[in-house]
Amino acid sequence: MVLIQIFLVFTIIAALIAVEAPSPLSSIISLGAVGFGLSIAFLWLGAPDIAITQVVVEIITLVILIRATIGKGVTEVRGNESKPLLIGSLILFGLGSAFFANYLSAFPEFGKTAMDVPMDVFSETPSQYYLKFGLEKVGGANVVNDILLDFRAYDTLGEATVLFTAVLGAITLLNKEVFFGKGGEK
Amino acid sequence: MLTYLLAFILFAVGLYSVINKRNLIKIIMGIIIMEHAVNAFLILIGYRLSGEAPILEEGMAISEFVNTAMDPLPQALVITSIVISLGVVALMVAIAVRLYQHYGTFDITEIRKLRG
Repeated sequence: MVLIQIFLVFTIIAALIAVEAPSPLSSIISLGAVGFGLSIAFLWLGAPDIAITQVVVEIITLVILIRATIGKGVTEVRGNESKPLLIGSLILFGLGSAFFANYLSAFPEFGKTAMDVPMDVFSETPSQYYLKFGLEKVGGANVVNDILLDFRAYDTLGEATVLFTAVLGAITLLNKEVFFGKGGEK
Repeated sequence: MLTYLLAFILFAVGLYSVINKRNLIKIIMGIIIMEHAVNAFLILIGYRLSGEAPILEEGMAISEFVNTAMDPLPQALVITSIVISLGVVALMVAIAVRLYQHYGTFDITEIRKLRG
C-alpha cells in the first residue's frame, strides 16, 4: 500500500515536470515516466493485463507525440499567462476539491471493493457473478478477458468502432490531397 | 483515502496544464495526464488489500477465489478506456500538426490572431 502511494507520488512529480519543462522533448519523456510509473503501480494493484496494455499504448503515444513535435522548432511559449484564467482555474480547482471531498465518503474505503460492502436489494454484485461463473460459462481462467470477450463483448465492439473512427479521422486530416483537393497544399 | 487523494492531485495537474498553458502540445499532454489519473482512480477503487489478480489458478476453490480476487469489472473497462485514449491522442495530434502546417506555430493565442 505504501509502495502504491510512492509510485503515485512519482507519477505526480513526473507530471509536474512534463507540464513545466521548457523543451518539448524533455517534457514528452517525462510524460512517458508518468505512464510507465502508473503501469508499475497497476502491477502492484493486481492488474497485470492493464499494466501490459498501458506499456504498449504509452510507447505508441510517445512515438506519435515525438513525431509530431520534433523538427517543428521549439515554440517558445512563455510569460504573461492571463490573470483571469489563473483565477478561474483556481476557482475550478476549489470546486472540484469540494465535490471530491463531499463524495469521497460514498466510495468504499481504500482496500475494500464494492464486493465487500453488503447490499440491501441484490444478493451479489456483477463482479461477484463474473468471478463465480467466468470459468464455467466462458472457459477462460483470466476473468478480465472473460468480461472483455464474452460478458461485455459489445463494449469491445464499440471500442473497436471508436478506435477505427478516430484513426480514420487522423488519416483524413494528415492526407493533403483529401484535405485540400487535388491541387495539393494552398 | 490518501491514495484516492493522490489520484485526484494527478488529475489536478492535468487540469492545470489544459487551462493555463498556451502550447497546444502541453494541452494535449494535460489531457493525457487526466486520462491516466482517471484510469488509476478506477483501478484503485477495485483494489483489495492482500488480494490477488483475478486469474484463476489450478486447484483454487471458486468460493475462495471470489473472496480474494481484485474487482475484475473496473479492470476490463479501464482496458477499453486506455485503448480508446490512444485513438483520441492520435486524432488530437493530427489536428495539432494540421494547425502547425497552416499557422506555423503551436501557440493558441497566435492561432487565434492570424487569419482564420
